Amino acid sequence: MTARKAATYTGIPAWVYAVAAAGALLVVLPLAAMVAKVNWANFIPLVTSESSLTALGLSLRTSAASTVLCIILGVPLALVLARGSFPGQRVLRSLVLLPLVLPPVVGGIALLYTFGRQGLLGRTLEVAGLQIAFSTTAVVLAQTFVALPFLVVSLEGALRIAGPRYEAVAATLGASPSTVLRRVTLPLVLPGLASGAVLSFARSLGEFGATLTFAGSLQGVTRTLPLEIYLQRETDADAAVALSLVLVAVAVAVVALAYRSPRAGRPATVERTTTAPAASGAVR
Amino acid sequence: MTFVVRAAVDQRGFDLSLSVGPAETVAVMGPNGAGKSTLLNVIAGLLHPDSGTAELDGRTLFDLTAGRGSWTAPHHRGTALLAQEPLLFPHLSVLDNVAFGPRSAGASNAAARKSAEHWLAEVEATELRARRPAELSGGQAQRVAVARALAADPGLLLLDEPMAALDIHAAPLLRRLLKRVLAGRRAIIITHDVLDALMLADRVVILENGRISEDGPAREVLQRPRSRFAAGLAGLNFLAGDITEHGLRSGGLNLYGQHHDLPGPLAAGQPGVAVFPPSAVSVFLSEAHGSPRNAFPVTITDLEPHGDQIRVRAGESGRLSADITPAAAADLGLVTGTRVYFVIKAGAVAIYPS
Repeated sequence: MTARKAATYTGIPAWVYAVAAAGALLVVLPLAAMVAKVNWANFIPLVTSESSLTALGLSLRTSAASTVLCIILGVPLALVLARGSFPGQRVLRSLVLLPLVLPPVVGGIALLYTFGRQGLLGRTLEVAGLQIAFSTTAVVLAQTFVALPFLVVSLEGALRIAGPRYEAVAATLGASPSTVLRRVTLPLVLPGLASGAVLSFARSLGEFGATLTFAGSLQGVTRTLPLEIYLQRETDADAAVALSLVLVAVAVAVVALAYRSPRAGRPATVERTTTAPAASGAVR
Repeated sequence: MTFVVRAAVDQRGFDLSLSVGPAETVAVMGPNGAGKSTLLNVIAGLLHPDSGTAELDGRTLFDLTAGRGSWTAPHHRGTALLAQEPLLFPHLSVLDNVAFGPRSAGASNAAARKSAEHWLAEVEATELRARRPAELSGGQAQRVAVARALAADPGLLLLDEPMAALDIHAAPLLRRLLKRVLAGRRAIIITHDVLDALMLADRVVILENGRISEDGPAREVLQRPRSRFAAGLAGLNFLAGDITEHGLRSGGLNLYGQHHDLPGPLAAGQPGVAVFPPSAVSVFLSEAHGSPRNAFPVTITDLEPHGDQIRVRAGESGRLSADITPAAAADLGLVTGTRVYFVIKAGAVAIYPS
């Protein structure tokens, strides 16, 4: 795909390149500074210490769980937002996307007053023998809260671009709405769904504020990798840097997965739907 | 066993009723925005009309008369829709696309594929069975889309300008294919092409402003158009007015013509139309003299090439046209704005009641 671009006129003024370079440096330079600070001699022992591995394992498990939860809840949400028509649709969209702009700590407090012991639902749940706050479940809930909008935004964009025409044809061919969803809509927006899921996973993996507020920092139960890094920074800077590098590596892998070249044997029509959701996810 | 629809969509000024016989193909023609696609969407269940009823082979598609509110979902109607674009599902192979209808109807995978093979053979696309839609040309894709629609075994096939998006080489092929598969099948086809109406349809319905303005056998509608749109399709000049003893009065024009193949002359005073081909119109710079002729002073609004002739449009909004040779146009020095006389032999003007 890269070799394809011939010398077509771009219309970009030279100074734009200079400002763009400054922008890129702002992102790349701190990463480089961090990599330069890594204690390579002790890297393996630092990263494989018991507390680190526990935190990494917890992070991966909770992020995977919250990604699944995001897909289960986010696909119907995106569908009704993109295709449905009901009063309050615009308001619902704004509210669902709110966690994108909300400070995660605020999200954590909101969750605490919902599921916490004194919360809106917490009291009822406690009667039922369920205690959510400060448990692994709370970690998953906090991550889902902040990551859900990523999936919804990606998928809603894909659904809008794909348009309802294939669904209309499928219906006139005799397919029920559920069949249309399973055999037409979801396959058509699969690239958008995939990139949305990957972004949700990445957001879950990096979640800190809401988790700390709502779930606390209990080793093996709620202390995910970002919390572990923050804790280590106080006592063992080398460990914090090493673990940060692990998170960066995971993030790079995730981003590479989400923004990989869409030309991987997919038909042309689906291809078009791939780029836009990725772009709308990137707006954040 | 017929299909009947009567529907109104208030917002679009759409209000018509139409019936289609068991083995009848009806061509729906009309200017853009006349409500042609609205008609198909209402029948297919993609658009909810404000009132009306529709019935297909004894089943109610919808019945929105006061007090009742029955509505059959699109997937239970048996009205397969073939659009301008093939809209093949890009993630499915050609064979699975065609098998989609049978599968949705509950057929087993094997049975659905068998039916798909049959319909692919019917549209001469068997060799495309394993391909993805992205690997097909426009004409191939539309052929597969025809097979997919037919495989759903629709009681009524809806075709929305199926040839419009095809290039000039692919369109005749598909037209021949449609002629074959539409024979003995109930279908409604929207088209802009007179050829489609003549070749594919038993009947032509002209839709204007959401209402049916003409309805009849294709040949008859084109030979004796009663609407401006149909006359335009047939390439004829068209004037509506009141019938007089010797012809027709339309606005300020007094036209002499033949009261067309009727037993005896028409009674004067009734509304009628006058129709004549542009080739019967001569253009002069001064008023001509001679036998009973119609000569009108007009101002040229447009000149355009038309086959090996020049089509001269004149009169208000260019509603009269004359076909003359390029040499004649040059000799007369015609340009837009020139005042000329359109002269029409009375024998070439057909007059009949509207």
